[in-house]
Amino acid sequence: MSFAELQKKARQEWDELQNGDIPQIIVGTATCGRSAGAMAVIKAFEDALKEKGVQAVIVEVGCIGPCYAEPLVNIAKPGKAVIAYRNVTKAMAAELVDSYLIGDDPLPHYTLGTIGEKTVEGIPRILDTPSFKPQERRVFRNCGIIDPTNINHYLANEGYAGLNKALGMTQEAVVDEMKRSGLRGRGGGGFPAGRKWEAGLKAKGSQKYVVCNADEGDPGAFMDRAVIEGDPHSVIEGMIIAGYAIGADTGYIYVRAEYPLAIRRLERAIKQAHEKGFLGKNILGTDFSFDINIFPGAGAFVCGESTALTLSIEGKRGMPRVAPRPRTTEAGLYDKPTLLNNVKTFSSAPMIITRGAEWFASVGTEKSTGTAIFALTGKVNNCGLIEVPMGITLREIIFDIGGGIADGGKFKAVQTGGPSGGCLPEALLDTPIDYDSLDAAGSIMGSGGMVVMDEKTCMVDVARYFLDFTEIESCGQCVPCRLGTKQLLDILKDICKGKGKKKDLELLVELSHSVHGGSVCGLGQTAANPVLSTIRYFRDEYEAHINDKCCPAKVCKPLIAFHILEDKCAGCTLCARSCPVSAISGEKKKVHVIDQKLCVQCGVCMEKCPKKFSAVECVSPKEKIMEVA
Amino acid sequence: MSSVTITIDGIKISAEEGMTVLQAAQANGLYIPNLCNHPDLRPAGLCRVCVVKQDDWKITISCKLPVKEGMVISTEDPAVQQIRKNTVELLIANHPMTCLTCEADSKCELQRVAHYVGITPDSINRYRRSVRSIPLDTSNPFFDIDHNKCIMCGICVRTCDELQNINAIDYAQRGVASLISTLGNKPIAESRCESCGECVVRCPVAALATKKSLQPMREVRSICSYCGVGCGIHLGVRGDKIVGVRGDQENPVNRGSLCVKGRFGYRFINHPERLTTPLVKKDGVLVEASWDEALDRIVEKFSEHKGEKFAALASARITNEDNYLIQKFTRAVMGTNNIDHCARL
Repeated sequence: MSFAELQKKARQEWDELQNGDIPQIIVGTATCGRSAGAMAVIKAFEDALKEKGVQAVIVEVGCIGPCYAEPLVNIAKPGKAVIAYRNVTKAMAAELVDSYLIGDDPLPHYTLGTIGEKTVEGIPRILDTPSFKPQERRVFRNCGIIDPTNINHYLANEGYAGLNKALGMTQEAVVDEMKRSGLRGRGGGGFPAGRKWEAGLKAKGSQKYVVCNADEGDPGAFMDRAVIEGDPHSVIEGMIIAGYAIGADTGYIYVRAEYPLAIRRLERAIKQAHEKGFLGKNILGTDFSFDINIFPGAGAFVCGESTALTLSIEGKRGMPRVAPRPRTTEAGLYDKPTLLNNVKTFSSAPMIITRGAEWFASVGTEKSTGTAIFALTGKVNNCGLIEVPMGITLREIIFDIGGGIADGGKFKAVQTGGPSGGCLPEALLDTPIDYDSLDAAGSIMGSGGMVVMDEKTCMVDVARYFLDFTEIESCGQCVPCRLGTKQLLDILKDICKGKGKKKDLELLVELSHSVHGGSVCGLGQTAANPVLSTIRYFRDEYEAHINDKCCPAKVCKPLIAFHILEDKCAGCTLCARSCPVSAISGEKKKVHVIDQKLCVQCGVCMEKCPKKFSAVECVSPKEKIMEVA
Repeated sequence: MSSVTITIDGIKISAEEGMTVLQAAQANGLYIPNLCNHPDLRPAGLCRVCVVKQDDWKITISCKLPVKEGMVISTEDPAVQQIRKNTVELLIANHPMTCLTCEADSKCELQRVAHYVGITPDSINRYRRSVRSIPLDTSNPFFDIDHNKCIMCGICVRTCDELQNINAIDYAQRGVASLISTLGNKPIAESRCESCGECVVRCPVAALATKKSLQPMREVRSICSYCGVGCGIHLGVRGDKIVGVRGDQENPVNRGSLCVKGRFGYRFINHPERLTTPLVKKDGVLVEASWDEALDRIVEKFSEHKGEKFAALASARITNEDNYLIQKFTRAVMGTNNIDHCARL
């Protein structure tokens, strides 16, 4: 069957589903949806439909991003706008069947918005809401829209059109299109993808490989998983195009073994692509052949580093190769020319070929084109995956898309780029999101983690947290990373305990620079970023810890103490009854007292003390208690 | 091979194309501090101590940097010095301070590097000290493994792989927990280690050290008596006793390498039960005899057993020349082709 015929058939199937007479209940069942209870919601819908004798199709799709609204269910009634429902429970499922499928009340208070052009009164269009308006969905184009297990859904939505077009172009023209798009590697480094493809094409060798890095390891980053689970064919198509462009016949997807659903989706998608002739021998009747293997990751963060990753596929210990060394495009997997890109980079390729480099570069900044995906998390109201045009400011992301700081708190810092990134303060909130601006500010784009912190966050503790991660995840081969991260962590731990010395700050900075300059790979070179950026922007907090034994955010337990205010305590006994170590004594209706020797600073008393009294106070440094007393 | 000229700290030196900057420096008698480099092994680039600045631009490691005509290298650039010093300080902050009783004392590469980069008590005291406390692996009869002294240079791993092709050890674990380990982290005696000791002699510290033995008062150059290879050795002698053996780097046969027997099997020399005279059987009992008596007896008995009655079994412990003579003797004098060889040690 020719591509046009395949596409026509797929479109028919898609159109029938979209314009059919049967309502669709579209449930996000990516890993995130499942952990929020999406499978139980599906069961509830099935039961309700059966019980009421209502006909509807349940379609499982990937994730559209807003974690705060999971489980997400879209209901498409024939002739009506598609309505997205948030935080759907089993009870809500039954209610929706009754009210909206049988009746005609869309229950607007449950909705997130409507999807598409049609509108429903009383419900905003999702794209008009502050959380979605600034977003530009490109890599996520199909996530949460199509059924990822049905290749026809992908085909009907421009799927494999890029491959079809690329096969009619020369290899050079494909590479040129990628170069002109300005796409930079989405794994975090931001190396121009087109230039890498060009190097792959020019590399000499009869055997070449294409490798997709899906070893997403940054804590809190899960966009690659969302893309694979929601739109696996886009990654596969990108890899096939890359294989054609550089002259490779074999591809590997190195995917985290901890992503079982993503692996299943990939396996299924690869099988389907074979059946349709997009993979295997003589793809779409040309003399180009390509196949893809899935390689479940070895379970180390450092295996996400490109050279460690290729060694890991070879069955060796995942340790980054030491520079000076040939580029991966010259000698990568099995020492053969290898094009290695991130999931999102490959997923972008089909769009670039189908719609053209100019279209791709039409959003973003001059040097960082296209969109960026972030896993927005921490103290924001709307956490989740977002896709935004490059150049958008941190402020827009946090306060518009993120809906501002949770619990009415005050913004303190935002950490971008995962454990290798840095913490940026309020003064830099207007920094545009692009590779170079973030780099200049002392952070990185990285894999797209974005953790928002409020004033209740201790910046020394944050640096300690990230160093704890890098120290464990260092591969251990080079001294600056193996022992440098340990030393930085030991010093930070001491500072958090009030054991910091006056010269520690100087040593932290000195060591950070040496770890940066001396380490073998990117993990080590960027490991000290959380330390350097927090010292750069929050030096006063370090000094308070070291000089005054004070944790201004009142987080570091050895530096804080809880105290009951005599004039406010009503003697309700709630705190005493909640204290896990029985450190609080006091009779009913009399002032309670915390025994500082027994107290473990868990803070439960403060949480439990009724708001109307607010009698428990947290102080730092501990000595302040003496003053109060 | 053509020669190129590079400049190291203002000194112009010539080097062969294909050399690394570190090799070129060493060939010209210039010291660039390093820990994980070994001339017999491929460079690893792990210790980061040989860091240099290339062409006033890039900070990189000299052990993997190929020389290029006109290259300008600085080993004293402030940024280079800072990285190098911090790196060595980190190693020392995590290393036991037991130099006086350490096997490697005075030949320790870490000591040498520390002196060179200028480590002082003040610079070390800034750090949080932490030394591992992994029990010694004393399972091997000839050497001990002390992970707490290990600086993870990987020279032992590469020696076992590149030189010996045994691969008894490799990296295990990760981060600060990483260590050199046998398969399954079993004691070395339960691994496929052949106890050749090549890793022990290359260990820059004393993470691998021969079991405590007396230091020699003098050395005697000799040839290993174990087999026909004839490895060159230096016997370490104290008084009239042999207390150690090391391979002769100058000997073209082994270029310093030795096997387990040659390196560690010397105690038989001073063993009280060692035979020092021939024994001749008289009335069913072996008694000490002179060489003349023994040889006369051999001549007498051999003459009676010429031809197919006779067979000779030669030993791998004698030289090739002696083995040749035995077969010649067996064929030409004893008149038989019954000649064989144990062909192994």
